[in-house]
Amino acid sequence: MDFLIFKAPMLMVQASLDGILLGILFALIAYGMALQWGVMNIINIAQGDLVILGGYIAYTIYLWGIHPAWGVIISPIIMFFVGWALYKLVINKVVDRDLFISILATFGIAIVFQQLMNFIFGADVVVAQSEYGTTMLFDNSVTLPNSKIFSAFISVLYAVALVIYMKKSRLGRAIRATAQNARAAKILGVDTEKVYAATFGINAALCGIAGALISITLTLHPYVGLPYTVRSFMIVIVAGLGNLPAVAVSGMGLGLFEEFADYILGTEFRIGAVFLLLVLILVYRRFKLSRKREYLK
Amino acid sequence: MNKIAKLFVTFISAITLALVSFTSSFAKVEGEYIVLGSAISLTGKYSSNGVHTQNGYNMAVERINKMGGVEVQGKKYKFEIIYYDDESNPKRAAQLAERLIKQDGVHYMLGPYSSGLTKAIAPVTEKYKIPMVEANGASRSLFTKGYKYLFAVLSPANQYLEVAIDLAVEKNGGKGVKIAQAFEQDAFSQDVRLGILDAAKRTGSEIIIDDKLPKELNDMAATLAKVKAVKPDVLVVSGHTKGALTAIRQISEMKVDVPMLAMTHCDAAKLSKQHGKKSEFALCASQWHKNLSYKDKFFGSGKKYAKDFQKEFGYDPPYQSAESSAALLVFKDAFERANSFDRDAVRDALVDTEMQTFYGNIKFGPGGQNVAKPMILFQVRCKGDDCENRVVAPTKWASDKFYHPIPKWSERS
Repeated sequence: MDFLIFKAPMLMVQASLDGILLGILFALIAYGMALQWGVMNIINIAQGDLVILGGYIAYTIYLWGIHPAWGVIISPIIMFFVGWALYKLVINKVVDRDLFISILATFGIAIVFQQLMNFIFGADVVVAQSEYGTTMLFDNSVTLPNSKIFSAFISVLYAVALVIYMKKSRLGRAIRATAQNARAAKILGVDTEKVYAATFGINAALCGIAGALISITLTLHPYVGLPYTVRSFMIVIVAGLGNLPAVAVSGMGLGLFEEFADYILGTEFRIGAVFLLLVLILVYRRFKLSRKREYLK
Repeated sequence: MNKIAKLFVTFISAITLALVSFTSSFAKVEGEYIVLGSAISLTGKYSSNGVHTQNGYNMAVERINKMGGVEVQGKKYKFEIIYYDDESNPKRAAQLAERLIKQDGVHYMLGPYSSGLTKAIAPVTEKYKIPMVEANGASRSLFTKGYKYLFAVLSPANQYLEVAIDLAVEKNGGKGVKIAQAFEQDAFSQDVRLGILDAAKRTGSEIIIDDKLPKELNDMAATLAKVKAVKPDVLVVSGHTKGALTAIRQISEMKVDVPMLAMTHCDAAKLSKQHGKKSEFALCASQWHKNLSYKDKFFGSGKKYAKDFQKEFGYDPPYQSAESSAALLVFKDAFERANSFDRDAVRDALVDTEMQTFYGNIKFGPGGQNVAKPMILFQVRCKGDDCENRVVAPTKWASDKFYHPIPKWSERS
């Protein structure tokens, strides 16, 4: 069974495309995490659970008979307000404290969210059907679910839109100013409280989009949020906070790495291999991270 | 004054203590009630199956009580169950088992939901020598530890898909087949895998893909791409409901053609409802199906059980409920044969159990597993967009012919 991938070159194409498409989706979640980590200095353990909640919103509209793809518009709108409310209720009390407090607080939020979702949506694993069909390449030897292509496309679209928004809009400028120096921004008249709330809302909205996409490409369950948190954490660690294009590259890179690890090392080492990579990168980056403070540019 | 107060307190606590020890020593049988205890997952990740289990227990308790209860030494008793919510957490389940036994004085236990939680509770019931009849822990390791007080009405996990391999070999003219398999890395699924390894050895089959899926994985694309490349005769997947749903989603999206697809947890995943036509022809292992011809005097047949259950709880009973109901029938039978409330007498009676219930025949092997009931296989079949599970093996109960091989995706509408 070893190295099947080298015997069948088409598998290489399949693995690469699968990895990249999945990686783009993860990059979107990581993008939100990098944003609010950079601006508010908060590591959000509840990131994955926000994603799953977004997914359940899409799943709910699917149950109402609306196509789940509309979730990529409805879900972020609802999630923005969820994020905003979350900031007003909990996060604003921990935003200036040290990192450990924020990890604890968001960990608590994660548990509450899991239980609430379990309570509202039940403990069953659910999927929404997009019925998008499949794209077949190279005489049917490489197959790509259109739902995955759709989700990668939507992810890129939203990411690009957000980058432009951050550069051009008033709020975007305020967010970037706050990220660079919150105190200075405040002195110059930026309402940092509002900026923080908006940032957290935007992050939740990004999670909502990702969740809606996951509902049509993968599966939903109230307790599967953590792997998404961990993945996005890894992507951010690899890319660094200040570098948004790098988030996209590192997301795709991790997706690719994971797929190839699956073929070469075996499925059981797939996630282990990613963690090993994370450790190596952390060791490598340690000096850099401790020497200079990174911020969102 | 102070002295009197102290005396008073001592007096009160002495009475309370006496009362507590009095009630607990008789708590196993209170008045006309035989009290059973169960820690069950009413919240947390197993909560849906936990509720199925509880409904199954309640249904049987109500039925047995209504039909005259349990007769011991000429006196009629009724069943009563003390439930605690274990939050789907093994540590909590073990604590609650301890509490049921030590504080509530329960002397007979019903199992929790899932192999993992049963594993957590079994050492406790074993320590206090409390007979436990469980209906939802199928992991083989439960039955190899030499537990003396553990009895399972269900078939052990390694038997889940062995039948499927036999079926594939039969279809292949008795020659060995090429098997691709993907199992989640958890106790249950790995036990199913061991069963397949045994079956492969027995039939001279070859395992060409043997993937172990990490628990947090919800993407099987890589495994399926390998399957596409090596073209096995059978694809076997087990990874609880998430595994079943992910497999069908990605097999249909990636257009993976295999002649036979065997899985577990199809009905728990509501596969035919959630994936509809995409799940057609999938072969699923099940402990029970309502169309089986087993009978007993409490529930009649499986079909009647399903009807009554539907009326009571508003949904079709999954096998988790049926086997839970069967556990109560086993307890009743054992009490009556023991004709005593002595724990060891009840335990010995359980060992000698040999009975038929609507759920299947029950006879416990040396490890406590049920050896009298075969697993069944059903196949998802659709008419238009309406899909349902039809029993295809063993042939004795088959309501439909096993459809083989699965048509290629290009030929499916």
